[in-house]
Amino acid sequence: MIKRAIALFLVLFFGYVFTTLLLNWHPWTELIGVARYYVSHELTELGATNLVTAIVVTYRGLDTLGEVTVLFLAATGVSVLLRRTTITLPSPGSKRQSSEILHTATRLLTPFIVMFGAYIFINGHLTPGGGFQGGAVIASAVLLLFLTNSHQALNHRILKTIESLSGATYVLVGILGLFLAGGFLDNRILPLGEPGRILSAGAIPIIYTCIGLKVGTELANILENLRGPATSPVLEENEGQAQ
Amino acid sequence: MILIIAIGIALMLIGFWGALIRKNMIRMVLSIGIAETGLQLLMIGVGYLKGRTAPILDSAVPFSQALQRVVDPVPQALVLTAIVIGVAVNALMLTFIIRLYEKKKTLTISDYRDLKW
Repeated sequence: MIKRAIALFLVLFFGYVFTTLLLNWHPWTELIGVARYYVSHELTELGATNLVTAIVVTYRGLDTLGEVTVLFLAATGVSVLLRRTTITLPSPGSKRQSSEILHTATRLLTPFIVMFGAYIFINGHLTPGGGFQGGAVIASAVLLLFLTNSHQALNHRILKTIESLSGATYVLVGILGLFLAGGFLDNRILPLGEPGRILSAGAIPIIYTCIGLKVGTELANILENLRGPATSPVLEENEGQAQ
Repeated sequence: MILIIAIGIALMLIGFWGALIRKNMIRMVLSIGIAETGLQLLMIGVGYLKGRTAPILDSAVPFSQALQRVVDPVPQALVLTAIVIGVAVNALMLTFIIRLYEKKKTLTISDYRDLKW
């Protein structure tokens, strides 16, 4: 009971603080400070028409590298912790197979979902979207595969290769910026091109493609680990017979 | 936009309440997720400027008028980061719950007293 009262007090206190903030809050009517600089200089400096992408990939590029690292560490942590899990899935016989409609739709849709994810991260510097969003869309295709067939196995060698290659390319492009342009993760190592074209904004499309592939494979890896060990139903049946 | 910010604050408070009161660990993770969503709404709401559009330049929002026409892009970039980190943290928390469940076959937080002082 005391615990509940303390919780209620805390929540009411936070509610009071936030309400006071909200009541005394005067929305800005103009862009100020760093946002003003970004909006007024971005297109001539970096050449990306999506301002959020320019901030995420170049102006605050180091933060994004850290963010990718955090996601990588989380994916690694999940796989290390769940490597020798003993939770066994209910035996395949007790579960109904997913329906024909789901199977066919998955087979039809998965390539298109992956393509849409690639579209989102390749166009990240032009339209709403980017590497993280595109990677999440690709991971949703993997989730669809798992929903259809809970024993679906992923090819780890391909996943690992894509993941490490894209991560290495990201850092390499960043280091190239040190020598060829203004600093680490500077996108002007390539010509800026005409704003609005797919090949513009220097290295931003390359970096966002790397991030998209890396995030997609990492999220797919997390999903696979959280699903549980991949054992084919046929194999388990054979083991049952052997015992 | 006041309304969006108010909804964000309400979601944060609901999330805090759930994380403090619930005993089931999965519900606690869900509460933290709800609080995260509220915080993200709050940040997006603070960056909004009345009557302006998304910070993407095209024929409708030419570069010359951008300063008068777009909302603040910085909170949006921050929220993008916050969402990704939130996903990573949620995945790790759920993993810890799986391991704890393996050990004691219970999801109730008060059954885990090993580190309690």
